[in-house]
Amino acid sequence: MAYDKFTTLTSTAVPLPIENVDTDQIIPARFLKATKREGFGDNLFRDWRYNGDDTPKEDFILNNPIYTGKILVGGMNFGSGSSREHAAWAVYDYGFRCVVSSFFADIFKNNCLNIGVLPVQISPEFSAEIFEAIYADPKTELEINLEDQTITLLSSGTKESFDINGYKKGNMLNGFDDIDYLQNMKSEIETFTESRPF
Amino acid sequence: MSKTLFDKVWDSHVVRKIEDGPDVFFIDRHLIHEVTSPVAFVGLKSRGLSVLYPERTFAVADHNTPTINQHLPVQDPLSANQLKTLEDNANEYGISHWGLGHQNNGIVHVVGPENGITLPGATIVCGDSHTSTHGAFGAIAFGIGTSEVEMVLTTQCIMQPKPKKMRISINGPLSKGVTPKDVGLYIISQLTTSGATGYFVEYAGDVFENMTMEGRMTVCNLSIEMGARGGMIAPDEKTFEYIKGRAKTPKGADWDKAMIYWKTLKTDDDASFDKELTFSASDIEPMITYGTNPGMGMGISKNIPSAESVEGGKATYDKSLAYMGYAENEQMIGKKIDFVFIGSCTNGRIEDFRAFASIVKGRKKADNVTAWLVPGSHIVEAKIKEEGLLDIFEDAGFVLREPGCSACLAMNDDKVPAGKYAVSTSNRNFEGRQGPGSRTLLASPLVAAAAAVTGVVTDPRELL
Ligand code: SF4
Repeated sequence: MAYDKFTTLTSTAVPLPIENVDTDQIIPARFLKATKREGFGDNLFRDWRYNGDDTPKEDFILNNPIYTGKILVGGMNFGSGSSREHAAWAVYDYGFRCVVSSFFADIFKNNCLNIGVLPVQISPEFSAEIFEAIYADPKTELEINLEDQTITLLSSGTKESFDINGYKKGNMLNGFDDIDYLQNMKSEIETFTESRPF
Repeated sequence: MSKTLFDKVWDSHVVRKIEDGPDVFFIDRHLIHEVTSPVAFVGLKSRGLSVLYPERTFAVADHNTPTINQHLPVQDPLSANQLKTLEDNANEYGISHWGLGHQNNGIVHVVGPENGITLPGATIVCGDSHTSTHGAFGAIAFGIGTSEVEMVLTTQCIMQPKPKKMRISINGPLSKGVTPKDVGLYIISQLTTSGATGYFVEYAGDVFENMTMEGRMTVCNLSIEMGARGGMIAPDEKTFEYIKGRAKTPKGADWDKAMIYWKTLKTDDDASFDKELTFSASDIEPMITYGTNPGMGMGISKNIPSAESVEGGKATYDKSLAYMGYAENEQMIGKKIDFVFIGSCTNGRIEDFRAFASIVKGRKKADNVTAWLVPGSHIVEAKIKEEGLLDIFEDAGFVLREPGCSACLAMNDDKVPAGKYAVSTSNRNFEGRQGPGSRTLLASPLVAAAAAVTGVVTDPRELL
């Protein structure tokens, strides 16, 4: 499923400074019963966002209208746990195009890249500065430039570069996905398959 | 050049190397289940793509199946729809399907090895992170997302950067009451849940050499909980013995040919790893978790560590203990529990039920405990009956349920109510994993059995 191109993004951000946010918090297993990729954003952080009777929990950040934006800034080790891509879909479907953290769990990061959410890994110091800036002023904006691989906190001008492999970067910039690439090398794959012992 | 076990298997599956990009990585065997595959098939259909090698994919229903009355129609319409979708997709594309009620049905990672789908030197993926289980056979096995399920269906390949390599060595005899689950939980408690992120782990040393295949599966299963992409153990005579003659293993001349290859699957003496860790078997005691991630585990006789002595932020630590209703420095022994769950792809095999039986035999289930005994597959269920374990369980007041993932992720009706404590042989104790508000203590089948008969957290060594 190809997605919109990602070049630069300037947006306010939602802070979530909790460590080890796992995929069961991002999207609890009971919401995985769909057979289509629709509506997962409604259940993003379901149990932190809503009480048992479906009323919103006032103190959870997504329920606070002063924090909005297309960027989610999470704590260390974001996305640990399950391989469910639904977690990345929920993030995307809610309206985030970028997740910033000082450390990502592997599979979650991979899943994000596959569906058009950009994971941006920054230093713990920068992460702390961003949280502070957003709390001081929720209108604080971040600028993400994928071509240059930089993230800038516009209020202070602090800038860091981030890693992404060249192939994935090309995909994100062009809105391509891996299936497009693999489809184009099918005969090479078929030849390879013949050499497999089982 | 000398290579590790992991290098040997990885390198032989690279179809193409992309400069500054991932490898195009060939997948020998692909397992799918009802939860993470439907959207992949929607993707295939919307692009008008076909399944390249249907014989390399195996469909199994497990994640949201009920564990009682499986012969009746599934009550929950959403679950029923997912199960039906899996079956329809499998039929449409010519993929073998072991649905509810099929004699080979069970949890995908229990069923794979049982039926010889899992082989040494193979690459195996599934849209479930505990696919790492199959690494016990010297396979490279890991969990993938739904986009990648779609890639495997249509091209038998995924795009993967090669992970770094870590070796974890443990030597020495394990003490009484220490099971493979305790070894796994101990390693995670030492590394934390992110300690192996970016790595693929090889387990080495006599602790793993002496383990049964089922024990090795338990350890490899838990690899993902320290952030690793997967874990593997070099195949040996035990491995070959286990797989020989199973339904999907090579036969005759193909077997002989495969054996020649499989015997080369070990790390060369002078091969190097990006990281090497060594632990001593004598430091490991029966383990239990006290917090809300699998790294928050400790020896059962110890006290809950104080925030200063654990890695990570104090705020997160406090949040976790508050969720559990525990305080720093408390003892875990004697904590009241409400539920016991034995099952899952971590501990739902016959040896796990034998271990559980060794403690509950001649004792009675505690009145305050609700117990769910859920075999990993119908084959395990049949063995439980055949070996007379069912009689032991029934005499002690337990009921055996039908196979599935069950309370491991609580997508079906097996949910622990809010605020209640469950000692669980599964692999994740995240907030709400076993039902909204549920509190999970991860442990071995022995610790689970001790809790089931006493109603509180109990050191199983006292009952052995
Ligand atoms: S038992 Fe749990 S971990 Fe294993 S496959 Fe099922 S849901 Fe995943």
